[in-house]
Amino acid sequence: MSKIHVSTYVNGDAVEFLCEPGETLLDVLRDRLNLTGAKEGCGTGDCGACSVMLDGRLVASCLVLGAEVEGSAVETVEGIATDDALHPVQKKLLEHAALQCGICTPGIVVAAKALLEKNADPSEEEVRYWLAGNLCRCTGYDKIIRAVLDAAAEMRGVSA
Amino acid sequence: MARVVIFGSLRAFTGGVGEVEIEAKNTRVLLQKLSEQFEGLRETIAAGVSLAIDGEVFKEAWFTPIDEDSEVVVMPLMVGG
Amino acid sequence: MSKQDFKILGTRPIRPDGLDKVTGKAMFGADKSVTGMLHARILRSPHAHAEIVSIDTSKAKALPGVKAVITGADFDELKNRWTGYTSQNCMAQDRALYDGHAVAAVAAISKSIAAAALKLIEVEYNLLPHVTDVDEAMKPGAPVLHVGVKARKLGDEVSGNTVGYYSFGHGDLETGFAEADEVIERSFKTAATHQGYIEPHACLADLGSDGRGELWCSTQGHYNVRLICAEILDIEESQLRVTASEIGGGFGGKTTVFIEPVALMLSRKSGKPVKAVMTRDEVFRASGPTMSSSMDIKIGMSKDGRITAAQAKLRYQGGAFPYQMVMMGAMSAFAAYDLDHVQSEGWDVMTNRPKMISYRAPGAPMAVYAVEAVVDELCQKLELDPIDTRLKNAAREGTKSSYGPTFKAIGLVDALEAAKAHPHYSAPLAENTGRGVSCGFWFNFGGQVSVSMAINADGTVNLIEGNPDIGGSRASISMMAAEALGIPLDRIRTIVGDTASVGFSDVTDGSRVTFAVGIATINAANAAIKEMCKRAAMIWEIDEDAVEWVDGAAQPTGHNAGEFPPMSLAEIAAVSGKTGGPIAGHHEGAPDKAGVSFGVHLVDVEVDPETGFTAVKRYTAFQDVGKAIHPAYVEGQIQGGAVQGIGWALNEEYIYGEDGRLQNPGFLDYRIPVASDLPMIDPVIIEVPNPGHPFGVRGCGETAIVPPLAAVSNGVSRAIGTRMFELPMSPPKILKAIG
Repeated sequence: MSKIHVSTYVNGDAVEFLCEPGETLLDVLRDRLNLTGAKEGCGTGDCGACSVMLDGRLVASCLVLGAEVEGSAVETVEGIATDDALHPVQKKLLEHAALQCGICTPGIVVAAKALLEKNADPSEEEVRYWLAGNLCRCTGYDKIIRAVLDAAAEMRGVSA
Repeated sequence: MARVVIFGSLRAFTGGVGEVEIEAKNTRVLLQKLSEQFEGLRETIAAGVSLAIDGEVFKEAWFTPIDEDSEVVVMPLMVGG
Repeated sequence: MSKQDFKILGTRPIRPDGLDKVTGKAMFGADKSVTGMLHARILRSPHAHAEIVSIDTSKAKALPGVKAVITGADFDELKNRWTGYTSQNCMAQDRALYDGHAVAAVAAISKSIAAAALKLIEVEYNLLPHVTDVDEAMKPGAPVLHVGVKARKLGDEVSGNTVGYYSFGHGDLETGFAEADEVIERSFKTAATHQGYIEPHACLADLGSDGRGELWCSTQGHYNVRLICAEILDIEESQLRVTASEIGGGFGGKTTVFIEPVALMLSRKSGKPVKAVMTRDEVFRASGPTMSSSMDIKIGMSKDGRITAAQAKLRYQGGAFPYQMVMMGAMSAFAAYDLDHVQSEGWDVMTNRPKMISYRAPGAPMAVYAVEAVVDELCQKLELDPIDTRLKNAAREGTKSSYGPTFKAIGLVDALEAAKAHPHYSAPLAENTGRGVSCGFWFNFGGQVSVSMAINADGTVNLIEGNPDIGGSRASISMMAAEALGIPLDRIRTIVGDTASVGFSDVTDGSRVTFAVGIATINAANAAIKEMCKRAAMIWEIDEDAVEWVDGAAQPTGHNAGEFPPMSLAEIAAVSGKTGGPIAGHHEGAPDKAGVSFGVHLVDVEVDPETGFTAVKRYTAFQDVGKAIHPAYVEGQIQGGAVQGIGWALNEEYIYGEDGRLQNPGFLDYRIPVASDLPMIDPVIIEVPNPGHPFGVRGCGETAIVPPLAAVSNGVSRAIGTRMFELPMSPPKILKAIG
């Protein structure tokens, strides 16, 4: 079976790759584009560790086919920090010690950033429900929620 | 003489004896003498046991000194996760 | 031991591996690839118990792109029977012993070809009777998994699956129960749960025909991996270099091997590097969940709240191979109490389920759940305050524990008093809400460690240690090194070395790393300090003994020694090349005297009487950690452990069908807590220093998972007005109990 040729944008860069029809976007990112930030925790869309943005929408990349992103814009955790600065979500996760093993962190960064772009002043409950699709086994979520609320406050220009 | 207490389930290998007095300057000597006195304990001791000397738990250290009047409790090996 | 004044310990610096983890740069087990690498896939038994009559791999071998195929025939019998069980668990020999047991494996040039190759392997099975329930497996007549491994001295009243028997205690139960005003006897069951780490097992193996190999894997103990793999592959340990990747969660589940020997075997056979990654389905079916249990608890209490006698019978099943774990449950069950008459007995039993491995305080959560539930029921019956009652019976310094040793300084009473005084305990309860209390305990361990510390010429320090970082230990170790050396934290970089670069270290488990590696770090620092003082003495031409180390610099001990301004670490290091060569300190040891830690958890749960759904409304966790090196990481451990316990209490369980197959091997139906399930978890750190550590450190990671099962169960029981005796308390079960 011959591979499919795909042209797309990843983190703002024009990218081309070949993939098998059944390969997921997650497989492509990790195995073909060497972007291993997105993780496979389950392969069935239940854990959120593979979260990426696809044309501005938060998706589980294990549930998207590589071939589906032809002509699209994909944003992964690797594209979130700029040359000289971390995104407030990334900064606050570090300040609040909101990661232990760090495997869920890329997915949380992507998902939290997406939330704050939609809702600049979420309540604790709203943050919890938005991140309900990102499983974390180490932290019990407490410090993650605090970090995201703090990042939201910083982005609004207020102190938390 | 150190007072050596042998844990409930390990008594199966000592014919029910739960307490003995052994003269030993360190844990290695104590375990050797225990193995000699109770053949049934030999394999278990060789595989590894945990010891509590006067309340402090030690894993396997052979040369941990034992005082004259110490109480030594011999237990199966402990693990964590 | 008095509280010390620390400059760095107790602060909250940003973790050194943090930047990599928030930007996706950090390399976990599955993130490494090398050129020419093959992909492995493992074929697993769909049967709970079956004889493997034949395996025909010819078609798989012939598929273009397939470079190696292996089965149990490729694995030799081993002298050490325990490694033999591990080996057999990694690849079945004559029988498949559980649904998911590996029976063959392939390595191919792509994932899809490897998957296709699996479908071409023809296995002929002869189904055998199976058993998955612990009590059923103990009954005479149950299908026996391995013959000849029954615990010695056990009679015919139990089957050959009963591989362990343990008993602890002192006093006389009959006397004790006779003294009680109220005696409650209950039976409990808990289901098997999984550590639930989000990162599946993954490794990259490269083993040459000359016996030299490299193994990259996600593990809690790369020296242990080396040891086991060297034995299975019959190679020299020194020739196998194992590097621990960043690890995406372990909790005990990554203290052994599952796919590593398979990957190494495929690599040797194919002559190429082989990458093996478990799917989530495989993680549930074929890694190491914890035991399920069936327990009987009997406790007697006087009407003023004194426990007069306590008895526990614990039956655990640990899967398809002999193992030892119920002992830890039997030992920890009554550890929180000062008792005159106590006995705990435990039985380890085999079943047709995946082989168990440690899960955070292994053996303790279920046993303590049952004990604390009965204590709570007694408090309810006798109308006594749950915390006061526990204070009345609490173990203290000098108490002879139920498992043998006499406690030194411990913080249980401190934790209980803090809980009693906390606003949570006196907050009013809403409708349908119950408040649960529980104590918890863990031993914490010492174990072997190796640390090597190099003082660089520019005054910075590199530290290599041998324990994979599962909780932020690199940060804590750097902090302890900085404190001991008296230099700023940012001058130190701590890495986890591979097995060829630094001496042996026991597995990262038992809440031992901050304690044990900490001691080694302090000793290594002291060794380096001694050398630096010697160099200063040489430069000043005074006696070595006349130099002391203060605030990160060498200085003369007094005026008599000489008037020299202090020489900082950086200054001494700068000329080290001229004063004798590079300066370093190292320490190898096996420290003991780890301090036990106690916890007390309070939880308010609201149960919806119409749906049986339990909402955790408020949670406060008190824990004695000895000395919190990095308080934020200590809080994180307490919070993480508490939430795992909440999941265990409310939702998580391995569900087996009549056919002995696991029905819910995925995160959808194996329901771990998600962010929207929970409130903030308030951690309260108690510090009763451990006299066995220079800074007072006790382990803290495991204790936190021990109290929540009973705390939540006690809360639910009080909320619905009916006692619960099984975990998890999922909504259908609660509705049934409400009636």
